[in-house]
Amino acid sequence: MLNIALPKGRLGEKVYSMFERAGFECPSIKENNRKLIFENSECGVRYFWVKPSDVAIYVEKGAADIGVAGKDILLEYEPDVYELLDLDIGKCRMAVAAKRNFHDNPQKTLRVATKFTNITKNYYASVGRDIDIIHLNGSIEIAPILGLSDVIVDIVETGTTLRENDLEVYESIEPISARVIANKSSFKFKGEQTEAIVRSIREQMSEQKN
Amino acid sequence: MEISSKVLKKDDIAIFKLRELYRKYGYSQYKMSKFEEYDLYVRNKDFLVSDNIITFTDTDGKLMALKPDVTLSIIKNSRDEGNCVSKVYYNENVYRVSPGTHSYKEIMQTGLECIGAVDDYAVYEVLMLAAESLKSISEDFVLDISQLDIVSAVIDSLGLEPDAEREIIKCIGEKNTHGIEAVCTNAGVSPDTLVRLVTAYGNPENVIPTLREIVPESASYALDRLTEIVASLEKGGLRGKIKIDFSVINDMGYYNGFVFRGFINGLAAGVLSGGQYDNLMTKMGRKSRAIGFAVYLDMLERLGEDDGSFDVDAVLLYGENDKIDVLNDAISMLTSNGKSVMAQREVPEKIKYRQLLRLRENGVDILENNA
Repeated sequence: MLNIALPKGRLGEKVYSMFERAGFECPSIKENNRKLIFENSECGVRYFWVKPSDVAIYVEKGAADIGVAGKDILLEYEPDVYELLDLDIGKCRMAVAAKRNFHDNPQKTLRVATKFTNITKNYYASVGRDIDIIHLNGSIEIAPILGLSDVIVDIVETGTTLRENDLEVYESIEPISARVIANKSSFKFKGEQTEAIVRSIREQMSEQKN
Repeated sequence: MEISSKVLKKDDIAIFKLRELYRKYGYSQYKMSKFEEYDLYVRNKDFLVSDNIITFTDTDGKLMALKPDVTLSIIKNSRDEGNCVSKVYYNENVYRVSPGTHSYKEIMQTGLECIGAVDDYAVYEVLMLAAESLKSISEDFVLDISQLDIVSAVIDSLGLEPDAEREIIKCIGEKNTHGIEAVCTNAGVSPDTLVRLVTAYGNPENVIPTLREIVPESASYALDRLTEIVASLEKGGLRGKIKIDFSVINDMGYYNGFVFRGFINGLAAGVLSGGQYDNLMTKMGRKSRAIGFAVYLDMLERLGEDDGSFDVDAVLLYGENDKIDVLNDAISMLTSNGKSVMAQREVPEKIKYRQLLRLRENGVDILENNA
């Protein structure tokens, strides 16, 4: 039995349909109820819905053999897992955003508000800029408006939220998309089934491209 | 007095088995102090799993540390000796920050080190003992072996910038082929060889033919050694357990040649990790070569069925007026049958017992049976 952790929400449903087309369906998942675990013993799979930011933890700790997590989560938590496939969905980017007329004064310590402290630290260390991190859990866009921070580091999909709050992307850090990850130990013992899923999804993706 | 296996925890049993195994091959136990001068770790910070070290000031003002690692201490106390190899094993507590809780933890670690004129046989012996160590814990194991000389030769042949190289090494460790493709495309080189290297893993008979096609001339010697040593391991009864996998990446500043990691079915992370660390030896001013590994015994408590679902076989209730001798006779009778018995005046909370008994003048009554 292969345990698969999927991110709750729209992205997770999209991901499930890719797994389904790859031949690992689990019809009971489509029933509208509050269950979180779904099993199809014929295909040897068990799916479960978890909070998107928790997928990496489930996989790293071996509660799930494989899972689908955003690259943002992988960069932030740096879990010790295999990253087997880029699903090319849930695409967005990690970016620095600021008020429209923002000017970066290199003589001052830059105040950065973000949910992603690790990514922020690594990025500014790589460009050699001194910063102060302000860790927030939500509504990051408010921080520069209220003068809490100079810039923010966050996920930008279309940029609508930024525009509506009079902010704009100042620098892009990294493109983000959903990735299939696998527990390193499980991969040794359930590698064949994992690879069968990955291979089949990869074929599906290249068919769609052509 | 004979010791019942019930008393021993899984890691205790493993320690005894591993000691026996290492002694059989002439390894002697290395005992060391819990403390080491902090200086030793500062100079080799990247070699350690985490930067955090517990420090304190000794009575003479020297800054000391609680050992976060054993290998560095063993090297420090080693000498370069002609054509000999010094073979030691250890069984020590180390102090590290656990990644989950960000707090310090005492971790029991067992391992062995081979320092001196390490030749192909010594490499083979350490790899074989690594596999046998895993086998003594569980039959369902895999030992992943990689050869860093091959990995670095393939990376060198691409002529990448240091930043891109670091990125590539990270991707190799993650089996991240799309990442490798992105970095190579950026640098304007073909990712094909690297992708083939990363996707070539598994049983040696399937992997080695692919390696013959892609490994550059400069590493053909390393490939020959890998082929030969893996074949010897398989001949020694380890067929199907030994896999070649280049995603085993240890820090190349310290490690070179053979690196390996052991996995046990049911444990979420690698339980054994090791490799050749000639580079570290050079950094520490030694001419000798070295290879070794560590087994993380603290992980074993997560392994297998939990047979500790009962705290005690029987709880024996007695009353205020019961005589000590009567109580003692009843307990002796029960324990002589191999049962564990806890005498109590009333049923304790949160204790799980198989049987609840009450003392009577002429024996015991069974009040409850749970198993």
